[in-house]
Amino acid sequence: MADTLLSIQDLSIAYQVGALDVVAVSEASFDVPQGAIVGLVGESGCGKTTMARALTRVIADNARIAAGAMQFAGQDLAAMSEREMNNLRWRDISFIPQSAMNSLDPVYRVEYQILEVLRDRGGMSKQQARARAVELFEMVGIDPGRLRDFPHQFSGGMRQRAAIALALALNPKLVVADEPVTALDVIIQRQILDQLRSLQRDLGLSVIMVTHDISVVAYICDRTVVMYAGKVVENCDTATLLNEPLHPYTMGLKNAFPDLQSAGTGVLTPIAGSPPDLIDPPKGCRFAPRCPFATELCRSTEPPLTEAAADHHVACHRADEAATLREVAQDPATWGTAA
Amino acid sequence: MGDRRMTQPMIQMENAQLHYKIGNAISAMMGLPSTVKAVDGVTLTLNKGESVGLLGESGCGKTSMGRILVRLEEVTGGSARFDGQEIKDLSGDELRSFRSRSQMIFQNPFDAVNPRYSIRKTLEEPLANARIPRDEWHTRVIDALELVGLGDPKQFLERYPHQLSGGQLQRVVMARALILQPEFVVADEPVSMLDVSVRAGVLNVFRDVRDRLGLTAIYISHDLALVRYVCDRTIVMYLGRIMEDGPTEDIVHAPLHPYSQALVAAVPTPHVDQSHDPLPIGSGAPDPRNPPSGCVFRDRCPRAQTRCADEVPMPRPIGTRRVACHFAEE
Ligand SMILES: Nc1ncnc2c1ncn2[C@@H]1O[C@H](COP(=O)(O)OP(=O)(O)OP(=O)(O)O)[C@@H](O)[C@H]1O
Ligand SMILES: Nc1ncnc2c1ncn2[C@@H]1O[C@H](COP(=O)(O)OP(=O)(O)O)[C@@H](O)[C@H]1O
Ligand code: SF4
Ligand code: SF4
Ligand SMILES: [Mg+2]
Ligand SMILES: [Mg+2]
Repeated sequence: MADTLLSIQDLSIAYQVGALDVVAVSEASFDVPQGAIVGLVGESGCGKTTMARALTRVIADNARIAAGAMQFAGQDLAAMSEREMNNLRWRDISFIPQSAMNSLDPVYRVEYQILEVLRDRGGMSKQQARARAVELFEMVGIDPGRLRDFPHQFSGGMRQRAAIALALALNPKLVVADEPVTALDVIIQRQILDQLRSLQRDLGLSVIMVTHDISVVAYICDRTVVMYAGKVVENCDTATLLNEPLHPYTMGLKNAFPDLQSAGTGVLTPIAGSPPDLIDPPKGCRFAPRCPFATELCRSTEPPLTEAAADHHVACHRADEAATLREVAQDPATWGTAA
Repeated sequence: MGDRRMTQPMIQMENAQLHYKIGNAISAMMGLPSTVKAVDGVTLTLNKGESVGLLGESGCGKTSMGRILVRLEEVTGGSARFDGQEIKDLSGDELRSFRSRSQMIFQNPFDAVNPRYSIRKTLEEPLANARIPRDEWHTRVIDALELVGLGDPKQFLERYPHQLSGGQLQRVVMARALILQPEFVVADEPVSMLDVSVRAGVLNVFRDVRDRLGLTAIYISHDLALVRYVCDRTIVMYLGRIMEDGPTEDIVHAPLHPYSQALVAAVPTPHVDQSHDPLPIGSGAPDPRNPPSGCVFRDRCPRAQTRCADEVPMPRPIGTRRVACHFAEE
């Protein structure tokens, strides 16, 4: 296996809401190998954005890294001073925010915003920066003649490409992209994923790709981390995850997804209920209230994240029965009716 | 619903157009386009009890089509008929009756309801507008909630929208569209704002209710995988025009129009062994203010010939389908 570029270890991130802590990411661990695209999937509110933002430490004012480490090329991002972190941003790790489509400032020309990063952060001369901006636009497939446009003159897809160009400006080692194609049409989505994939290969980048869509993960991610209610529940290579999932939540997600490759339309099976409130998460396994396989043990004791098979991490008490559970999970009756 | 009903047209559009006016006197003097051709020459029949998926990229005119059919817009050319009557000419009692027979379910459930109305009030409002006698309200409200799978309605009646999950609220929105017992429903991307794990539930309810009530339905989406799950027939639109119209399975397995081919190829699937071949389509978003001459798709079409610039391809029958491409057989 390739070297590890980033290693997240027992990371917890909490938001302070009044007198309470909302622990949005709880004791999460996973590795990002050098030169891989790693997917981070889960339902809305499960902590994907919180995790992604923590990697560049652009977190909300009321958020704090409560515990754990983020080892990146020999340094712990969680323990770095703000100044050290600032040196790393853009140059080593860059972040494409969830609303990247709207993240360009509407009052400045796109070129101005790119030049600013290249000059302020990259220390380039005006001339160097201009040349690099042209190169970046060509890389992401926008006509460099459009550099002097204002963001509103760009379509959604072009804005997303411009955000990718900006993230690549200073040749980072790791790009964290939060739902980069979620709001886009299938055709534009596909073109952007292809672009991202070929850039990643050409530049030897590592990418963390946040998404709620397992088809997107299947299309582009080498490895996938599944989150549920702030916890990492499963983590392995994408083929194994989709073909032989060990966690019941992953099995449920697969059942809920339409599949154009299937012979017939089939049935889509929802997972009844909704994710728990993070202010007061259930004791034991957080998925237990929705899990058709929950036992007494599940309701009382939290399952630890363990390496159940080679390089396949899962947090479920019944992981050793997964082959049987997968069979049962295929029957829609297993999942009852949705609320 | 018997055979008679199944073969009677509910919706008939003939060369229907919806051209929105844009710009002002100055832009007109500068020779800039003064209209957006959101719907441009659509001919279509939808029989009673039939469901069709409207598929296409953002801005291709799907919502505009829906808005014509529930009379939130009037056609600016051609004709759009509902159960034989020209929709834009309806007035008085006929219009009021149309307003309950034809309903639209909007994309974002949180925009579709008044946050200050309880669920009960949300559902009673259309009943009041339609002058349904007050003593029927309670039963109707309960029935509608049960219909969309919100059993134990008492639990929901006095709650407010923010106290429901997205999936529950989308069901309430659906219940509101169904409470007047419409015959025709337009659902505009009804699950795009919902989480994957609850999306399936809402889709199942939609399918189930439609089948039970024998509704005529249009399901709008840009995702063929979702359309396939809900509708046996699919219409592919591009820049306000119909490109292909036919059985969904035929379009999924063997799309004939070059644009449909790109759309089908673009849908990702939950398998790692899916095709990664480049899409057979030029990039660049279409501009509805300035569509190309001839075939509106030609500037992105890998098969375009000179004829495509001169002659607009009209949808013509090929087997089970209608296809608007000069070279669809090739
Ligand atoms: N009120 C309006 N005035 C001017 N142009 C409009 C108006 N409403 C829609 N349009 C334009 O008409 C075209 C079709 O819009 P429509 O909303 O029908 O597309 P759509 O297929 O539903 O797209 P989406 O998938 O993004 O919802 C677009 O170019 C849009 O910008
Ligand atoms: N600034 C904030 N203050 C308090 N809670 C927050 C804040 N941002 C996010 N949260 C909560 O943290 C949890 C995880 O959110 P997020 O990371 O945005 O999830 P995702 O990206 O997976 O949808 C949610 O319960 C969300 O409501
Ligand atoms: S630990 Fe128990 S409740 Fe949790 S996912 Fe596994 S079987 Fe289900
Ligand atoms: S008519 Fe010509 S341009 Fe249009 S889809 Fe067919 S081949 Fe392509
Ligand atoms: Mg998010
Ligand atoms: Mg629309």
